[in-house]
Amino acid sequence: MTRVVVVGGGVIGLAVGWRCAQQGWQTAVVDPHPGRGASWAAAGMLAPVSEATFGEDRLLALNLESARMYPDFVAELERTTGMEVGYRRCGTLMVARTFDDVAALERLHRFQLDLGLEATWLESREVKHLEPALHPSVRAGVLVPGDHQVDNRRLVEALAVACRKEGVEGIEGEVAEVEPGRGVRLADGRQVPADWVVVAAGWRSADLPGLGFRPPVRPVKGQLLHLRDDPRFPLTERTVRGFVEGRSFYLVSRGDGRYVLGATVEEKGEDLSPTAGAVYELLRDCIEVLPGAEELQLAEVVVGLRPGTPDNGPILGQVGPGLVLATGHYRNGILLAPITAEAVRCVIAGVPVPSEVEGFGPERFEEVG
Amino acid sequence: MEIVVNGRPQSWTGRVTVLEVVRSLLDDRFDGVAVAVNDEIVPRDEWADFELSHLDRVEVVTAVQGGDDEPLVIAGEKIGSRLIMGTGGVPSLEVLAKVLTASGADLVTVALRRVEPGARGSILDVVEAAGCRVLPNTAGCYTSRDAVLTARLAREALGTDWIKLEVIADERTLLPDPVELLDAAERLVGEGFVVLPYTNDDPVLARRLEEAGCAAVMPLGAPIGSGMGIRNPYNIRMIVEQASVPVILDAGIGTASDAAIAMELGCDGVLLASAVTRAEHPELMAAAMAKAVEAGRLAYLAGRIPRRLYAKASSPTEGVPEFG
Ligand SMILES: Cc1cc2nc3c(=O)[nH]c(=O)nc-3n(C[C@H](O)[C@H](O)[C@H](O)COP(=O)(O)OP(=O)(O)OC[C@H]3O[C@@H](n4cnc5c(N)ncnc54)[C@H](O)[C@@H]3O)c2cc1C
Repeated sequence: MTRVVVVGGGVIGLAVGWRCAQQGWQTAVVDPHPGRGASWAAAGMLAPVSEATFGEDRLLALNLESARMYPDFVAELERTTGMEVGYRRCGTLMVARTFDDVAALERLHRFQLDLGLEATWLESREVKHLEPALHPSVRAGVLVPGDHQVDNRRLVEALAVACRKEGVEGIEGEVAEVEPGRGVRLADGRQVPADWVVVAAGWRSADLPGLGFRPPVRPVKGQLLHLRDDPRFPLTERTVRGFVEGRSFYLVSRGDGRYVLGATVEEKGEDLSPTAGAVYELLRDCIEVLPGAEELQLAEVVVGLRPGTPDNGPILGQVGPGLVLATGHYRNGILLAPITAEAVRCVIAGVPVPSEVEGFGPERFEEVG
Repeated sequence: MEIVVNGRPQSWTGRVTVLEVVRSLLDDRFDGVAVAVNDEIVPRDEWADFELSHLDRVEVVTAVQGGDDEPLVIAGEKIGSRLIMGTGGVPSLEVLAKVLTASGADLVTVALRRVEPGARGSILDVVEAAGCRVLPNTAGCYTSRDAVLTARLAREALGTDWIKLEVIADERTLLPDPVELLDAAERLVGEGFVVLPYTNDDPVLARRLEEAGCAAVMPLGAPIGSGMGIRNPYNIRMIVEQASVPVILDAGIGTASDAAIAMELGCDGVLLASAVTRAEHPELMAAAMAKAVEAGRLAYLAGRIPRRLYAKASSPTEGVPEFG
């Protein structure tokens, strides 16, 4: 029987582990703190369209395909676990505050239309009619009906349960060395034998001994806030992305009185400390666009490290015999979990990966010679 | 005696010939060099005998083949390109690497408050891998105190005395705060830094910064990231004409022609970021900027024709070549 060991139990490692076990492969997921990395910190937006930017067309295609897979992925997960993961088809409303922000949003919107994406321009009145919580000074918006969300914390918890149900061995421990084709060695000396090693250790994938190279993944710090209000009188029920004087924020409404306000993008290495400036700037910009946010309770300041790559795309594919990389998901790891798990399954089964995954292999980087 | 050489006043004592002025600029590399005094061309064989008088205007022009004239020199250091790149707004590290290569930049400025110098695989690594030198900046500082602290931090972390000094007045305009800026410049010069201040397009402030010991002055063409081009070319010209340190146009560039205009005005270099990093195709725009800076520089050296209201035939009517 094929034996697979997955290094890392974030959303990626757990989704991969679940899919592998479903194939009947003997699967283990190793992680000292499963589900408490970037996947715990994330906002859970599934937002291929509103995140689309110039020069990232292939990444957009990958994101769109994974978003398309989401409903089935979630339905299957909820069915096997009996848990609910907060997949909400709420759409996303992008709004612009000043004259300059409108110009920036217009440029993005033209780009969306050029790519044939589903998005609708809304004038000031229309946008406020749609979302009455917006400040009267908001000048325009773009409705992206297909950008949804999932409650990422519930998602990783459900994935962990699904893994257990499918017979995945969960090993609490840290991988000290990868031995491609043979398995992994843990920090406490234990050996986990396997034919295939899947590296899904998030930003720390770069430093795993035994790979023979250093995957070009770096930590990119992100801070966000968890906010609350009375679910009977919700501030908003969708995701609002605000553009304010050249900056931007998003407020994700979970629809039950919980909100996520994010996020910073900082090149600060392994730093995990929350900062006053981030809290201030996020709240200031959000309150300028949604004045009612002033009344929300501040429940938590969350800091996470995104696994960033040189071109912002994930690193998905086989490197050598018995070694697969599934890391570097940067800002879209929650969104990309379904297609990543499917791609890893295909690699190990020896069948072609989904066409959207082609070109995201490790070989595109020099470091992976 | 005061003479004006390439738009900049110089003092000489006693007798001075054209040859001496040219030597002071170019040593003995006279190939392709032409000289005009008060708009009259002076042939090469007359240089040694041509004595200059008080307030003469001397233009020393190098006819260059394809390349630039002489390198930009700041604080005694040769800089490999007159285009200096910023890193703000890059969509990815891969794009940054491509942009740096396409721009041909040698000096690249990085915001020390936004980048952890010790972080591996980050912006600083990309800049170094591209063969560029890092010029730390104090972006995000609102007070002289914060800017001085950030500069010290940069010196400690990166081992460089060079600092691009930014002290911002408010987040909306990102305009420099002149009072805090001058204060920080004085203090940093006092601490031995090579200070390159980002300043308003104010000739008086530029002069004060130079007097404070700054190694260059970097006036804005328009607010940072606005892409509005050079809103007050007359002030930029005044700054250029007064300065005896390099003048680098910093901020406001929106597209290639803006960069060319800066160079045509006599700036010694251009620093830009957003115009490239936020373009739809950053790498293409970086290549365009490199060409624009070079074209503008050559046009400046070549000396443009005066603007006229009425036409003037381009071929001489009387068969006599015209000079001047
Ligand atoms: C603030 C913020 C907001 C975000 N918002 C979104 C969003 O809205 N939508 C979206 O799609 N994405 C979002 N992301 C990105 C997303 O969170 C990541 O791309 C995704 O979580 C990456 O998943 P992962 O499993 O690779 O990493 P992680 O969740 O970090 O998991 C990696 C795991 O590997 C383990 N590990 C590390 N080293 C070892 C070792 N040696 N041995 C064993 N285990 C090891 C760690 O303990 C960790 O649990 C956001 C990220 C942040 C920080």
